[in-house]
Amino acid sequence: MLLIRCPYCEEERPELEFRNAGEAHIARSTDIASQSDEDFEKFFFIRSNPKGLIYERWRHIHGCGRFFNAARDTVSDKFVLTYKAGEPKPDISRAANDSGPAAWANRPPDQLNVKKPAARRAPSKKGKA
Amino acid sequence: MAKAAQRAVASAAGNTAKRVGPLDGRAKRTAMVSVEPAPPATRISLRAGKDAVPALSKALGLALPDRPKTSASKGSRTALWLGPDEWLVIDQAGHDMLADCAKVKALHSAVDISHRNIGIVVSGAAAADTINAGCPQDLSLAAFPVGASTRTVFGKIEIVLLRTAEETFRVECWRSFSCYAFTFLAEAARDAAA
Repeated sequence: MLLIRCPYCEEERPELEFRNAGEAHIARSTDIASQSDEDFEKFFFIRSNPKGLIYERWRHIHGCGRFFNAARDTVSDKFVLTYKAGEPKPDISRAANDSGPAAWANRPPDQLNVKKPAARRAPSKKGKA
Repeated sequence: MAKAAQRAVASAAGNTAKRVGPLDGRAKRTAMVSVEPAPPATRISLRAGKDAVPALSKALGLALPDRPKTSASKGSRTALWLGPDEWLVIDQAGHDMLADCAKVKALHSAVDISHRNIGIVVSGAAAADTINAGCPQDLSLAAFPVGASTRTVFGKIEIVLLRTAEETFRVECWRSFSCYAFTFLAEAARDAAA
């Protein structure tokens, strides 16, 4: 069973007490009446659904009942961190980089396999043979 | 205390039928653990912001706990922290707590849920094992000391759990779930004793 840290209960709690509540940091327009249909569709229906790191809302429904936000890896199911609702999106790119192969999944191609593989290949010099 | 409350109800209601709880007469006792229904009590669900807490604490006669997974007890009353603005207050003597809260001017919500909940007392050396049969909480004394309380899950239902002593727990569940909770606990008690 996963243990998820609830930022309100300030401790790790069993996953059975939690419910997922969709993607986090989706702000509703303050002037929704003048929003175009396309923008409303984006706000209402379109979700990023990434492979790898995602910011989600979770609810400690069988505990303190509070909604909070979590950064989770959709491949490994690892919770990188959780934080209270209303707090700004934390920069966790460093933490995410260390969390395994899934963290690479959403990177643009030019960021992938650039430095590390090159360093590894360099000494072998197979290409010149 | 409970009998006094029952007498008061009976005398006030005159010739109405005796109130029977859903678990009355049921009990499971083994060498290691006993599972028994708790006597009737009054309960309120209290919701209030930080600014109303001092006034409510004064009106109820006990300091509402403000830290997660804690409870406060004074006399017959126990206040359980359920969330940052939510408490379950249980009065085993049957006092009318809504009347106490009504005196408070600060914004709050107090709802009488005395008959929504049923209490089950699990006590004995294997009490924690018995509850852990359906509850994923860590019930070691280090993680869940005496006085700790939380809302959590038990099998298929939601419960509120309170540790009243090292080997005694109070399980609060909704009335319609009490048969399920009690039967589950009784079977777990049998397993824990084996």
